[in-house]
Amino acid sequence: MREVAVLGIGQTRFGELWDRSFREIGIEAGFQALLDAKLSSSDLGALYLGCMASGSLIDQEHIAPLILDYAGLAGHHLPGIRAEGGGASGALALHEGWLAVASGAHDFVVVGGAEKLTDVPDTEANRILSGTADHEWEAVFGATLPALWAMVARRHAHEHGTRREELASVAVQAHAMGAKNPLAHYRNRLTLEQVLQASPVAEPLGMLDCAPLSDGAAAIVLGPMERARRFTDTPIRLSASQVACDTMALHHRRDMTTLDSTVVAAKRAFAQAKRVPADVRVAEIHDAYTISALVALEDLGFVPKGASGPAFARGDFAGGGKLTVNPSGGLKAQGRPPGAVGVVQAVEVVRQLRGDAGDRQVAGAEVGLAQDVGGTGATSVVHLFERVN
Amino acid sequence: MSIARFWRETPQRYNLGGARCPRCHTVYFPPRSVCPACAQHRQTLGHLEPFQLSGEGSVVSYTVVHDAAEGFEMQVPYILAIVRTVEGPQLTGQVVDVDPNEVAIGMRVRATFRKLREEGKAGVIHYGYKFAPAEEPIRRAEPRGPEEAALVRAGPGTASA
Repeated sequence: MREVAVLGIGQTRFGELWDRSFREIGIEAGFQALLDAKLSSSDLGALYLGCMASGSLIDQEHIAPLILDYAGLAGHHLPGIRAEGGGASGALALHEGWLAVASGAHDFVVVGGAEKLTDVPDTEANRILSGTADHEWEAVFGATLPALWAMVARRHAHEHGTRREELASVAVQAHAMGAKNPLAHYRNRLTLEQVLQASPVAEPLGMLDCAPLSDGAAAIVLGPMERARRFTDTPIRLSASQVACDTMALHHRRDMTTLDSTVVAAKRAFAQAKRVPADVRVAEIHDAYTISALVALEDLGFVPKGASGPAFARGDFAGGGKLTVNPSGGLKAQGRPPGAVGVVQAVEVVRQLRGDAGDRQVAGAEVGLAQDVGGTGATSVVHLFERVN
Repeated sequence: MSIARFWRETPQRYNLGGARCPRCHTVYFPPRSVCPACAQHRQTLGHLEPFQLSGEGSVVSYTVVHDAAEGFEMQVPYILAIVRTVEGPQLTGQVVDVDPNEVAIGMRVRATFRKLREEGKAGVIHYGYKFAPAEEPIRRAEPRGPEEAALVRAGPGTASA
C-alpha cells in the first residue's frame, strides 16, 4: 500500500441553506478542494461521494454523476461512486478514496460529502435519521435516534455515575468552539443553565444536547505521498483509515454504553499508523448527542470507561490541554449535514495540522484523529492524520 | 409503511415469536436465518427453530420521549425501553401503564399487546408488543377496541392481561 496524502480541502458554510441546492453546495466544496490542491480536473481519477439519504431528502439518487456533471466533468467520464453508512457516510467515502489511492488504483481522487437535511420538515428529517437505526425493530416501536442515544446516556449514568451537568458540558464546549468558526451553523455561546433548561427531547437529553439538522458540503483531494510535494508544502499524511461495523440495533450490543465498532476501528487505526492515543493532540469526534461524545472519548482510548463525563466537565478537552476535542464546534455547533460530517471532520483536522486554523488553532498539533458514527454505532470510521516534517 | 412490510413481521410483533439455534440453543429475537454464536454459523443457515418468548423481562435502560417519532405524536410523553427478556434476547419497546417517574432500570415488565400507531385517519393501524409492569396486575387506561381484542384472541402466546 502507498502512503496517502491530503492535498486539498474545502467546505461550504453549514446551516439552513434554503437558497442553495444539493448540486450547488457539492461542487462548491469540490472546487475549493481542487483549487487548494492546485490540481487540474484532468488529473482526477475518481469521485467518492458520501451522502446519507438524498433519495428521501431531495428525491434524488444517483448523485455522484450529478455532481461530476455539474462540476463540468461529465465529458471526462470519471467513475463516480456514492458511499452510504448513515451518519458515517462521509467518512466511508474518505475510506474508499484512501483505498483507491493507497492501492494504486487511482493517483488523485476527490472525496466529497453533502447533505440537504433542511429541505424537508423537521419531523420528516428525524424520521429519515431514525432509519439509520434498525427501522423494523427500533423505529417501528417509537424509537427516534435521540431516544436511543438517551438510553445509552441513562445506562451510562447508571453504570458510571455520569451526571446530567457533565452531558450538558459537552454542548457548552461545542458552542464555545463553534463561536470561533465562521462556517459553523451555530456561533452562539451556551451556558450550562441553558442546556439544562432546554425543552426535553428524550430524557435525559434536551434540545440543546442534540446536534441541529443542517445543510452543507465538504471535500478533500487525496493523492500519493511521493508526489505530494509538487502540490503543497504542507502535505498531511492520511496515516490510518479503518471502518468497523456492529449490530444494527442498540439492544443487540454486547454493552450498550460501549461502541465496539469505535473500539475496534480505533485499535486497528492506531496499529496501522503505529501510534497510541496519547500522540493525538486534536480530535474531531461524533457528538450528534452529548452522550455520543462521552462514549466516543472512552471508546477511542483517550480516557478509561466512565471517566469522560468528569473530564469534559473539567474542561480537559477545551483547548490548552493534551487533547483538544472538536475545535470546529463538532456536529453540535458546526452543524450536522450527515453525508458531509465525516469529510468536514477530516477537513478540520487537516487545517489544524497545517497550522491554518486561525484563532481556533490547537498549538503543536502533529497527529489528529477523526471519528464518525452511523446510527447508534452500527458503523464507526476512524481516521488518523499526521503532519509530515 | 407498506402493508406487506408490516404484515410479514406479524408473528414476531404480535406474539414475540423468536428463534433458537438447535446446536447451541441460543435464543434470538427477532428470528435470524443463521446463528452468530456458532463457530460454524454457516451450517446453521435455515436450521434455526421457532421459539416462543414468554414476554417476561426487565428494563435495561429507558427514556421518556417528548419529541415523538412520526405517528407517535398523540402518545407523548411516552416511555421507551430496552428490555432484557428472561430467555436472553433484548428488545426495544414502549413501557405503558406506569407513571414516567416510576419506571426504573431493573424494573420487571411483561409484554402486552397494544396498538403501536395509526398511519393517519384512513391508513393502516399497527399493532405489536409494549411492556407493562409485571409486579402488579396490569391496569388498562382504556378498554380495547373490538378489532384489537379480536387480534389478541387470535394470538396464542400473547402475554397480556
